[in-house]
Amino acid sequence: MLYRESGQFKTGYAADQAVFPILQDRWGMLVMLAVAFIGVPMIMDDYWANAVFIPFLVYALAALGLNILTGYCGQLSLGTGGFLAVGAYSSYKLMTAFPELDMILVLVGAGASTALVGLLFGLPSLRIKGFYLAVATLAAQFFLIWLFYKVPWFYNYNATGQITVPPREALGFLVTTQNATPIVKYLFVLSVVTVFAIAAKNMVRGRVGRMWMAIRDRDIAAELIGIRPFKTKLMAFTVSSFYIGVAGALIFSVWLGAAESGETFGINESFLVLFMVIVGGLGSILGSFLGAGFIVLMPIGLKNVLVDWFGMSAVFAKHLEITTFGVLIIFFLIVEPHGLARLWQIIKEKLRLWPFPH
Amino acid sequence: MLFFMETVISGLLAGVMYSLVALGFVLIFKASGVFNFAQGVMALFAALTLVGLLSGTTPFTHIDNPAFAMPAWVAIPLTIVVMIVFAILVERFILRHLVNQEQIILFMSMVGLAYVLEGAGDILWGSDVKVIDLGLPQGAWDWLLDGYGLYIEKIELVAAGTAVVLVAFLAVFFQKTRIGRALRAVADDHQAALSVGISLRSIWIIVWSVAGVVALVTGVVWGAKSGIQFSLSLIALKALPVLILGGFESIPGAIVGGLIIGVGEKLAEVYGGEIIVAIFGRWYEIDPGIFSATENWFAYVLALVFLLFRPQGLFGEKIIERV
Amino acid sequence: MNVMTKSTVTEDGRTIGGVLMAVDNITLRFGGVTAIRGASFDIREGEIRAIIGPNGAGKTSMLNVINGFYHPQEGTITFKGEQRHDMRPHIAATQGIARTFQNVALFKGMSTLDNIMSGRALRMKRNIFWQILYNGPARKEELEHRKYVETIIDFLEIPHIRRTPVGKLPYGLQKRVELGRALAMEPDLLLLDEPMAGMNVEEKEDMSRFIIDINEEFGTTIALIEHDMGVVMDLSDRVVVLDHGDLIADGTPDQVQRNQGVIDAYLGVAHD
Repeated sequence: MLYRESGQFKTGYAADQAVFPILQDRWGMLVMLAVAFIGVPMIMDDYWANAVFIPFLVYALAALGLNILTGYCGQLSLGTGGFLAVGAYSSYKLMTAFPELDMILVLVGAGASTALVGLLFGLPSLRIKGFYLAVATLAAQFFLIWLFYKVPWFYNYNATGQITVPPREALGFLVTTQNATPIVKYLFVLSVVTVFAIAAKNMVRGRVGRMWMAIRDRDIAAELIGIRPFKTKLMAFTVSSFYIGVAGALIFSVWLGAAESGETFGINESFLVLFMVIVGGLGSILGSFLGAGFIVLMPIGLKNVLVDWFGMSAVFAKHLEITTFGVLIIFFLIVEPHGLARLWQIIKEKLRLWPFPH
Repeated sequence: MLFFMETVISGLLAGVMYSLVALGFVLIFKASGVFNFAQGVMALFAALTLVGLLSGTTPFTHIDNPAFAMPAWVAIPLTIVVMIVFAILVERFILRHLVNQEQIILFMSMVGLAYVLEGAGDILWGSDVKVIDLGLPQGAWDWLLDGYGLYIEKIELVAAGTAVVLVAFLAVFFQKTRIGRALRAVADDHQAALSVGISLRSIWIIVWSVAGVVALVTGVVWGAKSGIQFSLSLIALKALPVLILGGFESIPGAIVGGLIIGVGEKLAEVYGGEIIVAIFGRWYEIDPGIFSATENWFAYVLALVFLLFRPQGLFGEKIIERV
Repeated sequence: MNVMTKSTVTEDGRTIGGVLMAVDNITLRFGGVTAIRGASFDIREGEIRAIIGPNGAGKTSMLNVINGFYHPQEGTITFKGEQRHDMRPHIAATQGIARTFQNVALFKGMSTLDNIMSGRALRMKRNIFWQILYNGPARKEELEHRKYVETIIDFLEIPHIRRTPVGKLPYGLQKRVELGRALAMEPDLLLLDEPMAGMNVEEKEDMSRFIIDINEEFGTTIALIEHDMGVVMDLSDRVVVLDHGDLIADGTPDQVQRNQGVIDAYLGVAHD
């Protein structure tokens, strides 16, 4: 009864093009934002920030990036881990080379460097498609990880081979290292992710998004209406890498505080982000968030259930967790291959008619 | 020159192993269009099962009980049975439900399957490194070492021999038997095959069983070299560049591709550093050891460069796009 | 062939102008197979030109050559007075050649509206930074083009499926959406590859009406491939007949119908 669009009339194309044409959706979004920016900080402590909210947000950002490339432009990438690493290491180099630089600019710099690298590794998409391209992106993954491990310049020649974040501020607030308060860290990441999510929505609902989707759905037809496939794909690679680069920088600087190329950004990371995109919904901004939430929260939930409720040993629980994770993924793909975003859409359709059956 | 020969030969032998893994991929891809990312974990799982049976390990407890230890002639067929059961389960619980789904969904379900199998292997048999002893010969080949000064490990030759036998067997299986013909029909056109009365499900089960056997061989041979442990599952990643080079659907491609990657990788590892230093050494100070540990990515870059010039792979036909 | 001809006026009062596109001596081979052998013909401004022939005659290949998807081994194409050996797809698009496909090639994941909007891609100029801001110039541009696209949606009588993902539409409507996407490009030359294949009589009538209206109201030159001879003879001003890659006849529907070679090709006289 409550979720209903009858009586809401659109009087122009502008209203029809709005992101949330239905009033209830607009209110819902405002409430969500209020909860995220005002409600959540009230309960914020170290555990919630570092185990739940910050990982959720940074992975949502990475998933947004991958979704632009894979979900919207249809180019399968398994190199996400490598691009996250580029973001992390370039932010480290920027922070140490220019200590005065505001974190916001560091993030932009890290994003830009990753975008360049992404552009480079997108070049093969001129000639190759599908799984062949996916394997090409694996080349990026392994090469980049090797590079950050082999070339000491990237970790400033320190003996451990690790990079550790120095204390840095954004607009005067300390946002990195242990000394930053969890609330500030959370709000910083939340703001960044919000801005990027809005930007992504704007891109995909306009001309650029249509070009990406055209390439995804029928590249030949797209070419014949004047969309140049190579340029469009490269643009997707660049934008997507920018997002992933910023996510990588945040993972390193705000969330973990330290990183080591292969350990932190291995191939597993690539799969994890890809899972988020697929479980959440290919080609859906909302889906990137839902997927990230699901993949970040599931292991925490599983661990609680297995260890705390059933009293399993931590090692056994870990193995069982891996298996359960796999089973859930397969289950999901079978039940709803279009992801959580589609489920949400179906629920909304049902709500529209509720309580009447038809 | 001798050293060079040795490098090339050991590259070829390593390449045979790559071919073996790639073969498992190609079989499944041809028959079902599924990019079976779990092939590496299947190899690990099969090898773990075999070792478990050989040493009489009780599942879940990971305790060896010599009283239950089986001789190889019982353990090997039993492991094959396990892999066939696994094939049936995969068909029943995954493939059947994902017919006609997009490729990326199928691929991700295989990654999911890899997780399941990885955890299951650990839960059943434990996650410590295991040694497999099937009485395969160890050490260098004396005849070559004494006569020509070439150092070649016996186990590598055995591996190469096994691979050759397996490939020959598969070739006959595919070309000469009724099942083989049905399989090629399915690979060509699913619907046409269905319409002449070929059961897709039984074909899938057969193919996955064969891939399971290939995985077992792969697991045993690799495991005999470096122990059976988690890293074994990563050989799946080794096979991908081979597939690019050879094409996803070509058995000869998988074999030749494997050999090229094997040799290329070894040469790069041995001579790559020197070459880099020779070229850039004038301007930069470079550690000649920079090309150690390139084995993770070199094959990929090689395959990638190759792809740019020949997108259809070694044995693929030129693609003519139609609208 | 390439000489500009004077404009003429048809019986129903449309003006047919000079040569818009001239195809000269085109030969296209795939390996050992020759798909088109030395074909020459022209398309004049404002006319409806049909390309017919039995299956495998090289009709679709001809369209593919015209909009640059295939590159012929020999011959030239002159479009709007500019002569070139072959086209590139995006150049064909920028110069004003639009196209529909034999087996509908829509963007399945997008709605009808978005499919037709994508036809405006070449005419929309705001770059990605404006897109990110959205409010402001990008939105203004979007709305302008939306307005044009809405006229096409009205013209094709499909406002009710505006928001429907095209993958869910029945075949006949998909063909219509595809026509809309091509129209959104405001093309000078519209290529239609079997626009009526797989349609029932009613749908064929609708489609014929749209084709005639497009030609009359927008003045768009149309080249179409069609198997339904009744439709071809009613719609087109001039007809080209291809058979096994050879151009065997070119003329008005009446002339072509009486041509002995054409009758043989369709009735299947042995080739010697």
